[in-house]
Amino acid sequence: MHPAFSVVFFTTATGAGYGLLALLGVLGGLGFISPDFWLGLVGMGLALGLIAAGLLSSTTHLGRPERAWRAFSQWRSSWLSREGVSSVATFIPAGLFGIGWVFFGRTSGWVAIAGALAAIGAVTTVCTTGMIYASLKPIAQWHSRYTLPGYLIFSAMTGSVLLNALLQAFVIGATAITAAALLLTLLGWGWKLATWRYNDALEIATTANTATGLAGGTVRSVEWPHTEENYLLKEMGFRIARKHAAKLRLITQLLAFALPALLLAVLFALPWPFTAILSVVAAIAQFAGMLVERWLFFAEAKHTVTLYYGR
Amino acid sequence: MTCLPAHTDKKLGLVIDLDTCVGCQACVTACKEWNTGGHMAPLTDIDPYGGDVDGVWFNRVHSYEHTTEAGGRTVNFPRSCLHCETPACVTVCPTGASYKRASDGIVLIDESKCIGCKLCSWACPYGAREFDTDVGVMKKCTLCVDRIYNDNLAEEDRVPACVAACPTSARHFGDLGDPASAVSQLVASRGGVDLMPEMGYKPTNKYLPPRAHTERAASVPAPRLEPVKAEGGFLGWVDRMLSN
Amino acid sequence: MNHEAPRGANAAPSQRPLADTRAPDEGDGVDTSPDVSDSIAKTTCYMCACRCGIDVHVKDGKVRYINGNKDHPVNRGVICGKGSSGIMQHYSPARLKKPLLRSGPRGSGDFREIEWEEAFSIATARLSNIRRTDPKKLAFFTGRDQSQSLTGWWASQFGTPNFAAHGGFCSVNMAAGGLYTIGGSFWEFGEPDWGNTKYFMLYGVAEDHDSNPIKIGLGKLKARGAKVVSINPCRTGYNAIADDWIGIRPGTDGLFVFALIHELLKAGRVDLDYLLRYTNAHVLVIQEPGAADDGLFLRDDACNPLAWDRVAKTSVDAADPEAKPALTGSYTVAGRRCVPVFQLIADRYMGDGYAPDAVAERCGIPADTIRRIAAELAHVAFEQTIELPVAWTDWAGRRHETIKGRPVSMHAMRGISAHSNGFHSCRAIHLLQVLLGTVDVPGGFRFKPPYPRSAPPGPKPAGKNVKPMTPLDGVPLGFVCGPDDLLVDEAGTPLRIDKAYSWDAPLAAHGLMHTVIRNAWAGDPYPIDTLMMYMSNMAWNSSMNTVETIAMLTDHDEAGNYKIPFIIYSDAYYSETVPFADLVLPDTTYLERHDCISLLDRPISHADGPGDAIRHPVVEPDRDVRPFQSVLIELGARLGLPCFTNDDGSAKYRDYAEYIVNHERTPGIGPLAGWRGKDGTSVGKGEVNPDQLQRYIDNGGFWHQDFAADQRYYKMANRSYLDFAEQMGFIPKAEPIVFQLYCEPMQRFRLAARGHGRVQPPDSERHRIETYMDPLPFWFTPFEEAAVDLEKYPLHALTQRPMHMYHSWGSQNAWLRQITSQNRLFVHHKTAAGLGLVDDDWVWIESINGRVKGQIKLIDGVNADTVWTWNAIGKRRGSWGLKDNAAESNRGFLLNHIIGDQTSADANGKRYSNSDPVTGQAAWFDLRVRIVKCAAEEAGFTEPQFERFSQPPHFEPSPDILRFGAEFRANREAVE
Repeated sequence: MHPAFSVVFFTTATGAGYGLLALLGVLGGLGFISPDFWLGLVGMGLALGLIAAGLLSSTTHLGRPERAWRAFSQWRSSWLSREGVSSVATFIPAGLFGIGWVFFGRTSGWVAIAGALAAIGAVTTVCTTGMIYASLKPIAQWHSRYTLPGYLIFSAMTGSVLLNALLQAFVIGATAITAAALLLTLLGWGWKLATWRYNDALEIATTANTATGLAGGTVRSVEWPHTEENYLLKEMGFRIARKHAAKLRLITQLLAFALPALLLAVLFALPWPFTAILSVVAAIAQFAGMLVERWLFFAEAKHTVTLYYGR
Repeated sequence: MTCLPAHTDKKLGLVIDLDTCVGCQACVTACKEWNTGGHMAPLTDIDPYGGDVDGVWFNRVHSYEHTTEAGGRTVNFPRSCLHCETPACVTVCPTGASYKRASDGIVLIDESKCIGCKLCSWACPYGAREFDTDVGVMKKCTLCVDRIYNDNLAEEDRVPACVAACPTSARHFGDLGDPASAVSQLVASRGGVDLMPEMGYKPTNKYLPPRAHTERAASVPAPRLEPVKAEGGFLGWVDRMLSN
Repeated sequence: MNHEAPRGANAAPSQRPLADTRAPDEGDGVDTSPDVSDSIAKTTCYMCACRCGIDVHVKDGKVRYINGNKDHPVNRGVICGKGSSGIMQHYSPARLKKPLLRSGPRGSGDFREIEWEEAFSIATARLSNIRRTDPKKLAFFTGRDQSQSLTGWWASQFGTPNFAAHGGFCSVNMAAGGLYTIGGSFWEFGEPDWGNTKYFMLYGVAEDHDSNPIKIGLGKLKARGAKVVSINPCRTGYNAIADDWIGIRPGTDGLFVFALIHELLKAGRVDLDYLLRYTNAHVLVIQEPGAADDGLFLRDDACNPLAWDRVAKTSVDAADPEAKPALTGSYTVAGRRCVPVFQLIADRYMGDGYAPDAVAERCGIPADTIRRIAAELAHVAFEQTIELPVAWTDWAGRRHETIKGRPVSMHAMRGISAHSNGFHSCRAIHLLQVLLGTVDVPGGFRFKPPYPRSAPPGPKPAGKNVKPMTPLDGVPLGFVCGPDDLLVDEAGTPLRIDKAYSWDAPLAAHGLMHTVIRNAWAGDPYPIDTLMMYMSNMAWNSSMNTVETIAMLTDHDEAGNYKIPFIIYSDAYYSETVPFADLVLPDTTYLERHDCISLLDRPISHADGPGDAIRHPVVEPDRDVRPFQSVLIELGARLGLPCFTNDDGSAKYRDYAEYIVNHERTPGIGPLAGWRGKDGTSVGKGEVNPDQLQRYIDNGGFWHQDFAADQRYYKMANRSYLDFAEQMGFIPKAEPIVFQLYCEPMQRFRLAARGHGRVQPPDSERHRIETYMDPLPFWFTPFEEAAVDLEKYPLHALTQRPMHMYHSWGSQNAWLRQITSQNRLFVHHKTAAGLGLVDDDWVWIESINGRVKGQIKLIDGVNADTVWTWNAIGKRRGSWGLKDNAAESNRGFLLNHIIGDQTSADANGKRYSNSDPVTGQAAWFDLRVRIVKCAAEEAGFTEPQFERFSQPPHFEPSPDILRFGAEFRANREAVE
């Protein structure tokens, strides 16, 4: 699948944003984090900013963005519509929670309820995003039991690493949060490795034989219906060399998992401001790594239509 | 409405005979020609005279080499929307632009509702959807919905453009939901198949597999030729035949 | 419900409209009944040479849609990939807009626009000077011209013998091979009996030729379960759907067919009765080496060929229906030793040299396969005979209660014709057909009227006496019957610029268009003044050795003048040839003009009855262009050519439409056969009908008449048919047509080579004439294969046009070019592996003539000794309205660059045209190549590259986006 930057950024940014939002909503509402004005402003700003930027980015993927509002109508059948509804709906409790925290200086009571609802909305939205991909049967790498948990894990992971960076920056870092971020990063790493291993071993039932109805033997493409690349090939015929993919997988592992995990681990042994600096570095590295991961998520996904083109 | 109808009155679709298709592209351009002025007009061509030419087509013909132990065959393979019974391209549509008609089962796009998110093209395993970048909406085969019921065409012309054009009679059209229909009978008699049945979208269109290397292939039960046994060999035989 | 019988080819129950075509009440707002057209014009397609009937739907003044005419006998409602793309041809950005006069060097593309009046005066001045001095200094050659009856007539009126169309490049081997054997041929001359045949063999048929009728026919065969056998090195198109694909080595088809004949003869599986009735198998051939008539037929005093009556033990008129002729043996008649033709056939083809085992390796076909095919042919022909319950009477008055048929049919085309041994290979196929008794019988191969004609048909080529201001005493193209008919002077020098009907190409029935540029450039046999061409891309894909051809077009003599002094060219589009013209006459598209598809020309009849058709303007030109035929008629009038002017010197015909209606070639016979006579009630012969074109238009653009049931088969000997043919003017007299298995005219050339007769070849040509003018077909190694080092050039290289571009002008067509804008060289997997090549590699394709670079694609469906590519995809930059980055000129390649237009020098140092030695057919399938992987830095682009042509004045850049059809929708929605 063609890794369009708008979509790569969209899923990475909203994943992190919703993860952060959910953590702020729950931990704030439960009182684990004090309702500090600047922390609220920066934290909620960052969460909602990432979400908004992601959503905005996604609309650039649309052929007719001015009609985007229509996407809220088909939530009964379409995960994309559900994502739209859920993402917008989440803004309501998230907004209330942010207002409560930042302007009223409280995270308890109705604000806590709003926080909890925002967290539920965030998790729901990430689920819907994951399901958009997981529901697509023509793309075996996505249509797997790894996709939805992956989206949730990566959202929690990037959210927690961001939260840790925030708390460290505000000198209210908590060992538990750092530990959680570290554990989630390791979990994410493991999940990604497991996903890759699963995908690499994938035996796809759909072949050029079933695609053409020509049973037995081999079916090889001799000539395309057109010489130049068309929409299908540009959108779904993206190919990545094995060598190139291996390199990017390594970069993903280094940036998204290994480096953040290492940095988070050494936090336990370092004083502030080093903890803050390293936490921020960990978050940035991980975000960059996740962009690469998401790019690969698309680039390594093979759509069945490529079978018709002998790819 | 992107929820699928629980039932369609008809299952209109095409039957494509891979045993007969010579890959001449007649259906391809007949489709282009009709549809570029039809319901989803135009089928835009980007850079039509340049190096990055990329146009919208509803029907495309591939060619393959199918090699089995019995031998090899070149197979020309027209590919277009299969008007599935349970098409994911419809259910994934967030706006209701994609829909399946309850009356005849044709899968259509209401262009005015399409936001160009392209998800339907991701959901279709067959590559039946074509994005028109010029207008930012998805387009697709309409099964010539503007021909098959068109009062402005002579009754006999109310078939999809590709079926009317096909010079080898490799394309057929009708109600595949009616087991008594001519197309259903054809599919039954020729062992018509679904493409990617494992996807579970229940395509309406069927493909008739090539008969080469099957028991359906034409064969001539000819005994080996033996030299004439007449006295004087062949010339003797000629003489004997003539004097009969 | 449609209660009438369904019309058209696609009328199976599974191809009809729904039982109830009322739109269901879906409520989705879809307009299921949009207005399609304001008017529908029924005319004839010109996207290729097939000439199908089309319905052109015009909406809001533009062409909205083109579909097949269901009533038309050629296509019966279907339409091919090209036909449906006619809109893009009609609105092509490469259309010429105004007459052009060269303003820069030839080949640059620099022109200035001129008015038609100036164009006419330039052409008239030039041509009238030629006509006054030496008319043969005008060479007039046309390409995919469908008006050869006019253009040839015009040349004849002008007085130049130097006229031909593109047949010499295309398929004259098929036409001549057939016409000299059975008085007909494939394609326009005949077709398989699609409805009855049970076994169909397809030899060397590229993706087309002809187009829709073969496809319709194949569909029928498939529906009936008949067996289809294809003999072709490439497994594409029609060959892909064959039950049996025989991947033969190029140039060996004749050998394969002889092996089949060998098997059939040995097994006594030939139709002796058929041979006796319809062929010259029993005619006695004089066997007296050294005699002046050795090898000619033994004839009586009235010149009738004789046979030996095995009962009466005496010679008899071979045509005597009561005779009991012998087919074998040796006889002495009036002191002359002679044998029947059939004895010679048996002697030759039963020899071990033609046994399956002897030919298998050279053909690349296992001997067992050859034996199996022979057995199958015999089985179907003799054990699965069919009989139609229709009584008929033969020429001798014998009544037959049924029509018997042997349901084996054959069709052959390019793969046979484009080899230097193509004429003989084509004759071999006809010999096989005739031995099996399958010509013009139910289930066999059937003639299309006006064929069959006598083998060969008259008239002879005119051009022996070329005089100023004098029309020729006939038409330039015809059929020679012996050396006396050749167009050579006393010294044996050719009289025609293309050397047709000379010792180089004695039976050149279609002329040798492919030699014209070289000969005119070399002044061999003489220099010319003006080369006038129509619709023929001679500076690109209609010539061999393109690189040198381009150089010859632009070459100067010592005085600095072009060696070919003046070139007039007419085309509708900015092709690769336009920039080489000095004067360009812009033609219209096929939807903007009149044409006639005439029985006098290349007919479109059906085996079940004759037919012809017209084109008429569907839309008005939006440019200052004129139909070439009308321009030619006006030019004829301005030059004062006799048949184009009235006695007072005024123009006889205003335009082509007037010519079509009023011209009479012989009294009562004009270009169109339908609705003749003042009241339009005559067919074939009749007075001029001023209303004729309207009658055609009213009938859907064509005329067609069905034969009566008893006229449809055995036309070569069917009294009812022969009477009809005489009445229509197809044949001069209602006499039977005898298939010439032994071609006596060819023997006359041999005798000349042996020193007999008034007209003899120069000594240097005697051996060649003796060898190749064999009156019985034989096989020889194609010239290039025989001449080159096969270790160095181990592969055959072929080209074929893709079906969606065949005989068409594809690359400017926005739709068709999307399907193929780059051609690959297709290489067999095994061959590639041996050369260390993988898919997508770029290679040099090298022949003895040069090299061209292209990208390969590996396949299995090809003879392993053969590589092939799609022809004429490669285009020169600056032509056809294509942008500079178009794949056609960057990655596509033209194999013609490396096909020689001449053979290697023989022992005398003479280089012949790279052509069949009998007919002069261009032998572009003889090409031998090697392929070599190119260096890494050479990959990705084709070579050779040529300088970009300038664009004509006021040529608008081709659009970046095409939204054809948007306006119809917008107008529709505006109304709603």
